[in-house]
Amino acid sequence: MKPSTEHRAPGTDLHIIWTLFSSSSRLQKKRAMLTIAAIAWGTVAILLLLAFGEGLKRQLDKNRRSTAENFAVMWPSETTKPWKGLPPGRPIRPRIDDLDFIRARMPELKSVIGEVVSWRTAISYGKKTVNGRVIGTNYLYGDARRHYPVAGGRWLSPADEINRRRVIFLGDEMAKDIFGQEDPIGKTLLVNNAPYTVIGVMQHKTQMGVYGGPDKNHACIPISTFRAQFGRDKLNNLDIETYQAEEMTAALKKLNEVLGPKFGYDPTDGRALQTWDMVKSAKVTTNITLGIQIFLGIVGALTLLIGGVGVANIMYAVVKERTREIGVKMALGAKSRWIIYPFVLEGLLYTFVGGALGIIIATLLVALTSFVPIEQNRVMSFLGRPTLSPEIGVATSMILGIIGLLAGYFPARRAASIDPAATLRYE
Amino acid sequence: MNNNRNGTIIHMSEIRKVYDTGKVTVEALKGIDLEVHKGEMVAVVGPSGSGKSTLMNLLGCLDTPTSGRYELGGENVAGVTRDQLAEIRNRRVGFVFQNFNLLPHISSLENVEMPMLFGGVPVKERHVRATELLERVGLGDRVDHKPTELSGGQMQRVAIARALAMNPDIVLADEPTGNLDTSSGSDIMSIFSDLWKQGRTLLIITHDPGLAKRASRIVEVRDGRVTADHPGEGA
Repeated sequence: MKPSTEHRAPGTDLHIIWTLFSSSSRLQKKRAMLTIAAIAWGTVAILLLLAFGEGLKRQLDKNRRSTAENFAVMWPSETTKPWKGLPPGRPIRPRIDDLDFIRARMPELKSVIGEVVSWRTAISYGKKTVNGRVIGTNYLYGDARRHYPVAGGRWLSPADEINRRRVIFLGDEMAKDIFGQEDPIGKTLLVNNAPYTVIGVMQHKTQMGVYGGPDKNHACIPISTFRAQFGRDKLNNLDIETYQAEEMTAALKKLNEVLGPKFGYDPTDGRALQTWDMVKSAKVTTNITLGIQIFLGIVGALTLLIGGVGVANIMYAVVKERTREIGVKMALGAKSRWIIYPFVLEGLLYTFVGGALGIIIATLLVALTSFVPIEQNRVMSFLGRPTLSPEIGVATSMILGIIGLLAGYFPARRAASIDPAATLRYE
Repeated sequence: MNNNRNGTIIHMSEIRKVYDTGKVTVEALKGIDLEVHKGEMVAVVGPSGSGKSTLMNLLGCLDTPTSGRYELGGENVAGVTRDQLAEIRNRRVGFVFQNFNLLPHISSLENVEMPMLFGGVPVKERHVRATELLERVGLGDRVDHKPTELSGGQMQRVAIARALAMNPDIVLADEPTGNLDTSSGSDIMSIFSDLWKQGRTLLIITHDPGLAKRASRIVEVRDGRVTADHPGEGA
């Protein structure tokens, strides 16, 4: 009576591989633990590096946005191209009234803002006097340039601008320099001997992009008040803000087409009004952070690869150890794939356990960093807080899977190439 | 039944095997012609280095000849893939080795089930048949023991049960009593005799004159050639 071999169920291969895998001998505990530890170590390394990169990226994004978003700053300069008989080298100086001219012609812009600056201006309170930067600007500047007031204060209002009120909004460091521990809100100070009421102090922020100087060191007053007191209306900066980042390039082109005829310069002359397009520089920053992340990822992957080499090494040793066992199975009729896949599964098992362990450890470590206060710490407020994202998890798992597969597959192929005749003959 | 010579199990003609190590070439078999018929119990004898083991490897499809024609159960073995060779071994050959070659970390039962696993025999049938075979070799009470918990004689009996699992065309035994003491050796010999009496075909490579004596036919191999082929006392 022959055993019934004719009716092979469709899952026979899987059944055989699984049976062999679950019945095959395992590594000695010590070896298995070292292997798993190597993989766990690699996993922790790659996860921490990627989490660090992700935190850096998010922090840079945040710090960049703390200046402004979808924003461009222009400062008056000189023409570099001749225009309708006019020679190059002519200064271009937009004035406060030109803001309405632009607003009327470019209603698609979110805001058009002017900045008039008085450098090293004497600001006194009681017996204390500091020299600081005072900016006359529109109320729209507050939102666009992220000048959020700390509780109890407010930013400039449209009414302040219309009524030319003597109100002042202080950068946080300047407020500290003048008032120390005292609450500045509602106090009256002197700007070039003219009294101003402090209406607000800026919330602290880590600022990446700076022009003129850090926001924390300046004070803002309504642009109309500035004109009245300082008697100047030539803009130091002309700012525009779009609703979407993609609109910026077209907006800047149109702005020159609007201003060129008015001021008599070639609209294609990019130097008449020198421009800092923050949308463009944001792209550069994004590419740099992406580059950093890729670099960190590669370093982590290499560390993990070393763990993988460890697994492969152990698996080779196991193949050597079990040569006779493999030879016996072959003699009994095992096909190559039934030899290969249990080994691949074993490699994957160690990688999986090590990887899972590494993920747990890394997650705990990253969670621990959330207890480090970030706002008070200069380094941390630049580097940000390590963050694990789902993408990092997926990427790491994929790398782990590939390494596990390879670490099992090559030793397994060696196993399948064993010559059964040679292994069975001798003791 | 004992002397049924109708079916040819093994047909070898002009089989040569050359080992080429790169530096030296060794001609282990220099043209072997051998036929084994159903129901025979053949003892292959000869001094060490005579080519017995090489012959055994070729007979068991563990290795392929350099030249010559080999049919096992009417199936030509030349030019098949490794996996096909594995399948032929699984269905047609049962091995019994001098050093038992049981898998050390699994039970006797699982060892006997192993060829049936490869043969695609359903789990239940595997279990029933393996238990039955172990009972037949007198190890019904040792099914859950691992090889390390068994004596040499017991291990060899498990190996015999395993060799019979797929009900092969032929059982090949390579010095099956070589690692056993006299008494367990003679137990094994009796089992082989019984198998033969039940109509099985056996080919045993042996130094043991006692075992050779029980065979129906004795083939002497010397220097890679068959030098004598005569009926044994068991015939």
